Amino acid sequence: MPAVTPLGLSFDHVSHGYDIRGEVLPVLDDVSLTIAPGEFVALLGPSGCGKSTLLRLAAGLELPLRGRTEASGQPITGPGPDRILVFQEATLFPWRTVRGNVEAGPEARGELPGKAPRVDEALRLVGLENFGEAFPHQLSGGMAQRAAIARALVNDPRLLLLDEPLGKLDSLTRLNLQKDLIRLWQDRGFTALLVTHDVEEALLLADRVILFSPRPARIIEEVQVARPHPRRRDDPQLIALRSHLLAALGVLEDV
Amino acid sequence: MSDTLETGRGHYAFAESQFHLWRDGLFAAFAWGATSAVTWFLPDVIQWGATGTFAILTGIIALFFLVLAVLPRQRHATLSHYGPWFIVLGLWLLVWEVTTAKLGWLPKPFFSPPQGLLHVYLSNWDRLLICIAYTGRLWGLGFFIGISAGFLAGVGLGWSKRFAYWGMPLLKLIGPVPASAWIPCAFFIFPSTFQASVFLVALASGIPVAILTASGIAQVNRSFYDVARTLGAANRWQVTKIAIPAALPNVFVGLFMGLYYSFAVLVVAEMLGAKFGLGWYLQFNTAYSAYANVYAGLLIMALLCAGLVKLLFSIRDRLLGWQKGIL
Ligand SMILES: Nc1ncnc2c1ncn2[C@@H]1O[C@H](COP(=O)(O)OP(=O)(O)O)[C@@H](O)[C@H]1O
Ligand SMILES: [Mg+2]
Repeated sequence: MPAVTPLGLSFDHVSHGYDIRGEVLPVLDDVSLTIAPGEFVALLGPSGCGKSTLLRLAAGLELPLRGRTEASGQPITGPGPDRILVFQEATLFPWRTVRGNVEAGPEARGELPGKAPRVDEALRLVGLENFGEAFPHQLSGGMAQRAAIARALVNDPRLLLLDEPLGKLDSLTRLNLQKDLIRLWQDRGFTALLVTHDVEEALLLADRVILFSPRPARIIEEVQVARPHPRRRDDPQLIALRSHLLAALGVLEDV
Repeated sequence: MSDTLETGRGHYAFAESQFHLWRDGLFAAFAWGATSAVTWFLPDVIQWGATGTFAILTGIIALFFLVLAVLPRQRHATLSHYGPWFIVLGLWLLVWEVTTAKLGWLPKPFFSPPQGLLHVYLSNWDRLLICIAYTGRLWGLGFFIGISAGFLAGVGLGWSKRFAYWGMPLLKLIGPVPASAWIPCAFFIFPSTFQASVFLVALASGIPVAILTASGIAQVNRSFYDVARTLGAANRWQVTKIAIPAALPNVFVGLFMGLYYSFAVLVVAEMLGAKFGLGWYLQFNTAYSAYANVYAGLLIMALLCAGLVKLLFSIRDRLLGWQKGIL
């Protein structure tokens, strides 16, 4: 697959909330954020603070109550296959095979004819070339998540939004998928926005880590991780950043 | 060592296949044989048709089981699975035969011995076949119109909030009304009684399909739609490729219910001045106290319904193979 032209993303004084029985539950509070094309950014924050909401805004599944969301200068008015969201649960369509799931995007846009080699390639990229005919219930958690990533990649997303995609996996599968993600990001050249609750994962993968306050989410800290890939978790600079981030999150390290 | 083990097992299996007896088959042969003997040798309290034929028929079946029991290689695996059923059926026929034809404990017009039913099939088969054809036409038209309309209505109700706002209360109001209550209405609306009957069958099969399809579609995990939207799917694709397949397990529950209701309503539907049909046959013969004919007709209906249920199951298994645990 050829590399894609990555999208930039900018949030300009964005506030958002949900209507709950007539009252607005504030979720994002005046968030301003710029992500350069091709950058890999990780979002960290306490659970329920609004990270998924931020990704839904970036995907265009929701429109902000206040402020502007733009992708490479164009206002985001709705979802589009340029910006694809991979959910925490793989959310594969259980009535479709793995291959059928990967084909869903091109099929829905009427672009499926002639796409078979691309589908094969996407399956190969995530190591599922032998599981195309399997149904989702036959997959392990890690395989399902890889299938969901293939379903996103086949559309050549220019911005890949990852909502804790490795959150529920065992640690060994996580390590492997983290490596896979970095490799795909380097090969394909898309912009990546990753939500995670794992400080170490953020530091291993991202160019920049952004820290959010409890709901309503505000940006409270931002660190650059200027280390080349492949990174080692015992890298002293990463360890120092980790302590810094944990302190900012209010966690005592030795507990 | 593994060699000796395998030969040992091979020998054992060989020995088993040589001397194995299908015990259930043997018992079934006894049960059916006893029925045959009792029917042949004991006198009937009243004259029934087809007593001799019934004795011969059960005797042949007994012989058939006997042969299968000692010829294991020609025995079909599904047949042996139903062995216990064959035994119980044979015993049931025996008890039935003795209590009706031989002892007269169960009185005449209301209970008929098995040869009474056999007599009906032998003497009345031409009329029964015509009735099956008529009922088949009525049921086929009614059921397929009903489930198609019910499915479309269900999709609309499940997908569109506005459609559900008006439709759901109506459906809940109509749903519990018994089919017979519709007869005057149906008569008035439809120009022919046949169309009115089709309407009743369609209503009975369509309503459960509509309700279950609607609830199935309303229950679809919202994230599936989010995924589809980020992939660039339009509404139409979301309905046909997400909402409907996701709701299909529910739709099938509705289809099964619709199938049962449609059979239950056949008798009522054929009350509307039909001249043939199984439902008509049941009523006609009930009116003349010809209960043997009634049982014979009921048995045919039950078998037809069971066959259709089985067919529906195999369609479901084929379409829902993706569900965990079905295949
Ligand atoms: N569709 C919704 N309707 C109402 N409240 C919601 C909705 N989605 C999320 N929320 C609420 O918004 C807050 C932030 O949610 P979310 O963005 O999922 O947090 P995070 O991903 O950081 O855990 C939570 O309190 C959650 O309950
Ligand atoms: Mg979340």
